[in-house]
Amino acid sequence: MDFTLNDEQSMLDDSVAKFLANDYDFDTRQGYAASTTGFSPEVWRQFAELGWTAVPFSEADGGLGYGPVETMLIMRHFGRGLVVEPYLANVVLAGGALARTGDTEQKSRWLEPLIAGELQTALAHTEPQSRYRLTDVATTATQDGDDAYVLSGSKGVVLNGGNAELLLVSARTSGGQFDDTGVSLFAVPRDADGVTVRRYATVDGHTAAEVGLDAVRVSRDRLLGEPGAAGAALAAVFGDAILAVSAEAVGIMQILTEKTVEYSKSRVQFGVPIGSFQALQHRMVDMLTACEQSYSLLLWATMLAADGGDTDRAVSSIKYQIGTAGKLVGQEAVQLHGGMGVTWELDIAHYFKRLTAIGQLFGNADHHLDRLAV
Amino acid sequence: MNLTFSEDELRFRDDVRKVFDEEFPADLREFRDAGVTISRDDQIRYQKWLHERGWFAINWPVEYGGTGWTPVQKYLFMQELARINAPDIVPFGVSMVGPVIYTFGSDEQKERFLPDILASNVWWCQGYSEPGSGSDLASLKTRADLDGDHYVVNGTKTWTTLAQFADWIFCLVRTSSDVARRQEGISFLLIDMQTPGVTVKPIITIEGEHEVNEVHFEDVRVPAANLVGEEGEGWTYGKVLLQHERTNIAAVHYSKFRIDRLRAQAERPVRGAAPLTEDRNFMRKLAAVEVELRALEFTELRTLAAVASGKAPGPESSILKFVGTEIQQAIDELYVEAAGYYALPFVPEQYAPDFAVDERIGEGNETASAPRYFNFRKASIYGGSNEIQKNIVSKHVLGL
Repeated sequence: MDFTLNDEQSMLDDSVAKFLANDYDFDTRQGYAASTTGFSPEVWRQFAELGWTAVPFSEADGGLGYGPVETMLIMRHFGRGLVVEPYLANVVLAGGALARTGDTEQKSRWLEPLIAGELQTALAHTEPQSRYRLTDVATTATQDGDDAYVLSGSKGVVLNGGNAELLLVSARTSGGQFDDTGVSLFAVPRDADGVTVRRYATVDGHTAAEVGLDAVRVSRDRLLGEPGAAGAALAAVFGDAILAVSAEAVGIMQILTEKTVEYSKSRVQFGVPIGSFQALQHRMVDMLTACEQSYSLLLWATMLAADGGDTDRAVSSIKYQIGTAGKLVGQEAVQLHGGMGVTWELDIAHYFKRLTAIGQLFGNADHHLDRLAV
Repeated sequence: MNLTFSEDELRFRDDVRKVFDEEFPADLREFRDAGVTISRDDQIRYQKWLHERGWFAINWPVEYGGTGWTPVQKYLFMQELARINAPDIVPFGVSMVGPVIYTFGSDEQKERFLPDILASNVWWCQGYSEPGSGSDLASLKTRADLDGDHYVVNGTKTWTTLAQFADWIFCLVRTSSDVARRQEGISFLLIDMQTPGVTVKPIITIEGEHEVNEVHFEDVRVPAANLVGEEGEGWTYGKVLLQHERTNIAAVHYSKFRIDRLRAQAERPVRGAAPLTEDRNFMRKLAAVEVELRALEFTELRTLAAVASGKAPGPESSILKFVGTEIQQAIDELYVEAAGYYALPFVPEQYAPDFAVDERIGEGNETASAPRYFNFRKASIYGGSNEIQKNIVSKHVLGL
């Protein structure tokens, strides 16, 4: 039982913290979010140069061979910095799917440029109707001769879908819409015939897209892994993604609590700082408690994943936790900032919105509590 | 970062488990599983059993008879203790007054009191709260006036747990009213319960049991040699005592045991009905408590890790009390819900040692669920109410 970071982890932790402190203040972030790409391609290149995009991938795949703990360190800082660069979409989701399903040639074709920061990608799995059911896939892929598939269907709220040059699309090669097996994964170029991408901003300052697939023909060498066998890899990738956004959420909750406590010491009403009121003090203690409990659970789930243990319950536990605790901390931070808390100008509102978005991703609190209630 | 215990730690745990499995008094274990009330004699027998193995005062320094265990070893030991559903250790001697005596007491006091605490030869109780001094403890009025080589004590202590069993009481008493701050002028005094002028009056609590008392002091003459440390420094010593309470205050292991048992109970059909596992509302509440408890377990482990590396416990330790007691109470509620109608029968006599379990109304301990639930409303009130704990966190952690 050890909660300390090793030297490499400490260096990584420090370097992310330093980068954000020096080069990524809130106004800069707002500028990136408002740009046409919705993030800074220059910052993304720097992430790649610093090696952060290589973190979770094995050395054989061109990565650094790190694991869930290192991803947690990065994501927690990205939460504090409110980072809009599509690390989750590229590295955790699309990269994770490629690493788990691709063969050597496919990895060198797509994962290597992804790690190098040269290829924007997105995992197009969730569909407009599927909500949080991972096995609900109505998109079909039918074989067209021996060396091609034809994909048809719709994908909804594809994170980074509007920026992606490569879409990793899940589609049924067999079975019915809700079957556990029969889902395959394809690497589809965005500019393939029949692909439509409707890009939009999301409430948290990130971007996503609705993706249409109208008889999109892809060659067989774009099938990732065995036909019909992508289900397990997708479930694992979504598990990783939950750990990643949970770390991000913990970072946000921590900074929101710090900022709220600071604000309550400086904001004077009735001739005294509002932090002197017990009604508010206890609410801030509840925020701190939510942070500490969430961080504890995050460490448990992350270390369990790093140990290669069965993380099914741990993943649902942490997602339920940050769903409920995140809502509490986000809402209280806004409330205690009073009118300023609901302005676009203040970072508090944007942290709250990102927490809200994270709550909706990959299964909300109710969904995961249901999974645990067996 | 890693989750695993070292081989040495696992061996330690296995050794402890083996002893518990093979040597723990079988009748005590049966009593506990059947929810039978543990008598004074059985409580002492249990604590002596631990002492014989050197496992009673696990937090004491080795020189006074402690174990010298690491925080992780203590954690594992408490886990094993909960795993066999062992009774709680009565904390007033070993966890409260003992550390104050070995930290601030004279050599004579150490020699006189510590061995009997270790061996559970003497039962201690705690004289802190008064009828007019609850959360505002520093307003206490029980007086101890020096008269020659004795203090003369007058006043009333209340909520005194198991005073009816106690041989000695440790008290916070006012030795001076002429002070700048109310926390000054308070002293820490050890009083023999047999001294003339001490009377114990039962308070029957919500569930109908005699657990707490009022203790009255009327011109009670206490040798001045029973003063611990300096006169007027009792408040400081009392605070140190509270720090010693921190270990296991969250009762994580016992809550885990109770959750596991509740889950097992929920899987069995009761009286031919569908098992509770088919009740989504119940199972969702159970799952939510489990998540909170898992988080608390790691909050406690983080605290232990900080202490082990020589750091002062961080903010995570301050929340242990109120989160831990909230979880205990949530589990109590779930037991009541699980019992349904059979939470109603009020038949405490069927938890006497000689009452046949299969003659009970309700299955197993069902009818003990509501009394326990009522009784444990105390958990968020005692030891500094949860609201007081939040005041402390607000002041000392958040700096408000």
